[in-house]
Amino acid sequence: MSVPRFFASELRLVFGRRRNLLLLAVTAVFPLVIGIALRLAAPHPQGGQGGGSESGAAFFNQLAGNGVFLTFIALSSLLILVLPVVVAVVAGDSVAGEAGYGTLRYLLAVPAGRTRLLVVKFAVIVTFGLSATFIVSAVALVAGAALFPVGPVTLLSGTTVSLPDGLLRLLFVTLYVAAAMGALGAIGLAVSTLTEHAIGAIATVMILVVASEVIDNVPQLAAAGPYLPTHWWLSFDSLLRVPVDTSTLLRGLLSFAVYTLIFGSFAWARFTSADVTS
Amino acid sequence: MTAAPPRHGPQRPVGRDPDRQADRLTAISTSGLTKRFRGGQLAVDHIDLAVPDGSVYGFLGPNGSGKTTTIRMLLGLAFPTGGSAALLGVGMPDGATQVLHRVGSLVEGPAFYPFLTGLDNLARYDAVDRTADPKTARTRIDTALDRVGLLSAAKKRYRHYSLGMKQRLAIASGLLRPRDLIILDEPTNGLDPQGTREVRALIRQIAADGTTVFVSSHLLAEVEQICTHVGVMRSGRLVFQGSLPELRRTGAARVTVQTADPEAAIKVLTALGLPDTRVSAPADLPPAPAAADLLPAPGSGSGQGIAEVSAVLGDAAPERICAELVQAGIGVRGFAVTSPSLEDLFVGLTGEGFDVGA
Repeated sequence: MSVPRFFASELRLVFGRRRNLLLLAVTAVFPLVIGIALRLAAPHPQGGQGGGSESGAAFFNQLAGNGVFLTFIALSSLLILVLPVVVAVVAGDSVAGEAGYGTLRYLLAVPAGRTRLLVVKFAVIVTFGLSATFIVSAVALVAGAALFPVGPVTLLSGTTVSLPDGLLRLLFVTLYVAAAMGALGAIGLAVSTLTEHAIGAIATVMILVVASEVIDNVPQLAAAGPYLPTHWWLSFDSLLRVPVDTSTLLRGLLSFAVYTLIFGSFAWARFTSADVTS
Repeated sequence: MTAAPPRHGPQRPVGRDPDRQADRLTAISTSGLTKRFRGGQLAVDHIDLAVPDGSVYGFLGPNGSGKTTTIRMLLGLAFPTGGSAALLGVGMPDGATQVLHRVGSLVEGPAFYPFLTGLDNLARYDAVDRTADPKTARTRIDTALDRVGLLSAAKKRYRHYSLGMKQRLAIASGLLRPRDLIILDEPTNGLDPQGTREVRALIRQIAADGTTVFVSSHLLAEVEQICTHVGVMRSGRLVFQGSLPELRRTGAARVTVQTADPEAAIKVLTALGLPDTRVSAPADLPPAPAAADLLPAPGSGSGQGIAEVSAVLGDAAPERICAELVQAGIGVRGFAVTSPSLEDLFVGLTGEGFDVGA
């Protein structure tokens, strides 16, 4: 009964901050810009061929034939940097920001309860990441429908499914991406308990993301790939095949779960045992 | 040094005790409470606080003497490296979530979100309190703001508050609901004399409601008018604890003689067996330096050379001292028996300051 009030208050705070609203607005603009740019570059809509390639680039071939694909293009483009930044800002700020303002000591003196505070903070981060992800999908869907033809969806495997089926797959893709962002949020939360400088925590999370992406692209380090936090982010294309590549999807979700567990535990162990000196 | 502290003290039912007179528990008690920082510095060194229920307890000491670290441990913000602490009979830090909602606190200055209004900031802290009734939140917040005189500034953003307003908002956050104990760490820091007076009046009011007040300060003068008890910290140790009259009793009365012949006066006083003789120019501020340092060179400037000679009175009768002085042919310009002021006692206990963290 008490968590909802605390959670609602934190949610209002995070969604009421101008900085965070600006982040969400920027996130919403990207799909629009991508859609318009692709529309201008491909003035003659024509039926695309099933690519079946592994990378997100495969979506581009499909777009001309179906506006729904703008959502997948937008998600895979924004997953490289923009969505991680959005999550890193809110997650990195979560505890470090309170420490920086000094409000952390008063929250704990209320008493918020250290574990409870951490749980609420994480829930807010996940909600924010979910919102950002859904904003990308929603804006991209509307822009795609306005700029390109919309109809039955030809998947990456070449199969064509009905529009409702395609939209359902879009919903799952969005949830998968949101799960990836949730795991990143857990990493951000853990980093955030280590400092009272929010900016430092945010930068650290972004460095981790970029480092992971770089290592993931070095062929000689391929063995490390599956264990990297960013490795499975783009695997949502498994949902765009018939049959759905569930083993890849599950491995991705497992990776997110493990990262959430490890960094969540780390954040908890650190936060419940450290002196609050700010 | 890190003996596992026995935590959970005797528990008291949650909520305000209706029969406070019968309730003589200590509001705050610590036993051998110790904090050694990771760097090895001993910030708090085995202190045994006993803050009686219903008292206004002045927690005094120079800056850096360990007051804030102690308060952080009392509130469960920092973990002791030795000893134990209990608030309202509940062991800390383990009992934090059980007991802290009965404790209002101001720790190391106010802290709020600058981009929220005073009202929204208080609403936020109230929303975090799982035992607070959301239905009465607005009324309680308004009452708290009213008590500190901030109701008219409730909708102003915190960043536009003056220093005094910020300090008062922090006190208001401690008053969001009836409390059994209020812990105020340097509540008058940064306040002008008017603000200091207001805070003092507020503390009196809070205490009159039956709330135990634990107020830290580096200035005795700020709290001596309102305190019933004091604890004095020096370099991490509790060097005195007791009621104000008890503190006064620790001060030895001194006999002071104004004379043009200090050397002879000292001889008389010493002959009478009075310890700690000192000489100072009458205008000099106490405490006076040791006698030898200030003795005027013999024969020099005897015209205006009135000096003040003093010694600890002890059991000697002042009348006899006076008579002895006169008998010895010393011209006595003035004669007085004085008890040290609380300020003198305080400075005596804490040293002159500036030996921060030594």
